[in-house]
Amino acid sequence: MSSITGASVASQFPGDGPSGRSNIEGDSATSRRIGDRIFAGASRGAGLLVIALVTLIGVFLLAQAIPALLKDQASFLTSREWAPGGDAPRFGIVELLWTTVASSAIAMVIAVPFGVAVALFITQYAPRWLKRTAASLVDLLAAVPSIVYGLWAALTFRSLISPVEGGLQDVLGWFPLFSPTGISGGTIFFIGIVLSIMVLPIVTALSREVFDQTPVTHKEGALALGATRWEMIRTAVLPFGRPGVISASMLALGRALGETIAVTFLVSKLADNTPWTFSLFNGGETFASRIANNAAEFDTPAKTGAYIAAGLVLFVLTFIVNAIARVVIERRKAFSE
Amino acid sequence: MTTQPVSPAESPVQDREVTPPAMRKLEVQTATATVPPSDSTPRSPSPLELGHRSRGRTIKDVIARIVMWGSFGLAMVPLVWILFTVISHGVGLLLQSQWWTNSQRNINSTDVGGGAIHAIQGTLLQAAVTAVIAVPIGVLTAIYLVEYGRGAVARAVSFMVDILTGVPSIVAALFIYAVWVTTFGFQRVGFAVCLALVLLMLPVVVRSTEEMLKLVPNELREASYALGVPKWVTIVRIVLPTAFSGIVTGILLGLARIIGETAPLLILGPYTKSIATNLFAGPMPTLPTMINQDRTELGIAAAVERMWATALTLIFIVLLLNLVGRLVARFGRVRS
Repeated sequence: MSSITGASVASQFPGDGPSGRSNIEGDSATSRRIGDRIFAGASRGAGLLVIALVTLIGVFLLAQAIPALLKDQASFLTSREWAPGGDAPRFGIVELLWTTVASSAIAMVIAVPFGVAVALFITQYAPRWLKRTAASLVDLLAAVPSIVYGLWAALTFRSLISPVEGGLQDVLGWFPLFSPTGISGGTIFFIGIVLSIMVLPIVTALSREVFDQTPVTHKEGALALGATRWEMIRTAVLPFGRPGVISASMLALGRALGETIAVTFLVSKLADNTPWTFSLFNGGETFASRIANNAAEFDTPAKTGAYIAAGLVLFVLTFIVNAIARVVIERRKAFSE
Repeated sequence: MTTQPVSPAESPVQDREVTPPAMRKLEVQTATATVPPSDSTPRSPSPLELGHRSRGRTIKDVIARIVMWGSFGLAMVPLVWILFTVISHGVGLLLQSQWWTNSQRNINSTDVGGGAIHAIQGTLLQAAVTAVIAVPIGVLTAIYLVEYGRGAVARAVSFMVDILTGVPSIVAALFIYAVWVTTFGFQRVGFAVCLALVLLMLPVVVRSTEEMLKLVPNELREASYALGVPKWVTIVRIVLPTAFSGIVTGILLGLARIIGETAPLLILGPYTKSIATNLFAGPMPTLPTMINQDRTELGIAAAVERMWATALTLIFIVLLLNLVGRLVARFGRVRS
């Protein structure tokens, strides 16, 4: 992210063009030699291939979703039905969207403060002997494959959360978000908690990186003015790291929105005609789990198209989230340069 | 970030050298502020008296400290719990030699044990093929971004890599399905899975290689140019070898990420109980799909045990890759 070596002589040449990027990127040493031209062409080609791949993802999903969407007898954006087969397919995504967004929102509400606290612990509080171990342990949490999270959550963790859910429904049941539904186990609330554990290492790892970059002079300045350690963190470390935390949260949100297999293990499918409720203790499927659960049903193009359309919405959703993260990082770069 | 006085690579070291005295001073302050309570009650209103830290601030500081330690402790609970669950349920089968030598062929779900070699082979084979495709593209893209790229194209490539980082595995799988099965009419085979995994591995390789190439001192490049070495030879012979261990680490971490991916396998890679190594025909077993298979029979104790054992095998492979990646990173980091 940052140039270590400082200014490069090559970038000071006038013919360099208005490159607002760090000095090390690109110099004017390419010659017309055949080897140089081939190598430059290959690396440029690889870069263009990446652009092409992302574009193709969008184009292919769109191309296969549109025919299915045109046949859709229900409103794609507002219908709760999902019957993509047959001559008159009816499918809509509003329920998938709600489950996906609500469970990811819960995950964020839990994982961001927690992840930041763990990152602060590692960078500011942990004694030196614990620092590296603590960081590795959190990374270990990220190394556990999501299918294992799914098994663990479905088979052992659920028994811990179910009573909590029951208690919340009893106490806060008057509030629409917590109204009782009679479903236990694969609720949006539970999925959110599991997702929060899964994305916590992402928040921590990236926040840790920016917190570690807080200029020592800022921290010492705060301490010299008599700040307690917490006040030093609040006035020096957190403001410096805020853009990093925001972009870390966005990346984590993207991961939570698209998480597939763990969620697929946990969701409880709602029966048709279940009355609509905003309760977080309701069941329901996310985009990813609906697609994964029905992978065996991809027999006709029309039917497949419906699932691809759902995947396209998920792609757009994560695209937006990641683009926001990118903008935040760019702005941080602009400020610190 | 260029004006920042402390470069990130050095900052931990500096941090360690500089902060402890400051922190120690702080501790002394805290001690004087909290220990003599008799001192704070009859305080003389002398203008020179700088005063003590108010009780509220001290309490807040202590609360913050407790919260930080507590959050770390709480974050460790799932880790320990998951590892304990998986190891305690699954380690039995892993200790049997047939787990590492046999497949599940002719083993019904009610039969105890069997082997996982078919799934291990499938997983490793797909990972290897994925790496063979993703690594050259990823490394070349990183070279483009660091050594050649400038202006709008480079920014676009960089942006697209970020977007690719965020593409959910299920979307990558759907895309390959849309190309491979719907458009070209091919079967769902192992190679299609590899293509989907390439999409997921590529951004990891690009980003880590990019970071490592940026760490290579410009003086090395300039010295090479000064000797009249062409740019591409400089990159191949000077830059890449200097950053080699970092690149290897990035590749291993990327592999660790894709090995645990299940979504592409669900859509593109059907499971079979026998050994199958043909990437272009027929189903191909992998560890995640083996877990998924046994998960459908939670009522059968033998299947459940097999499921946990497979999960443990998967964690084991992923951790091994992570560990090797870290070791390579530690013993061969770029020195500037």
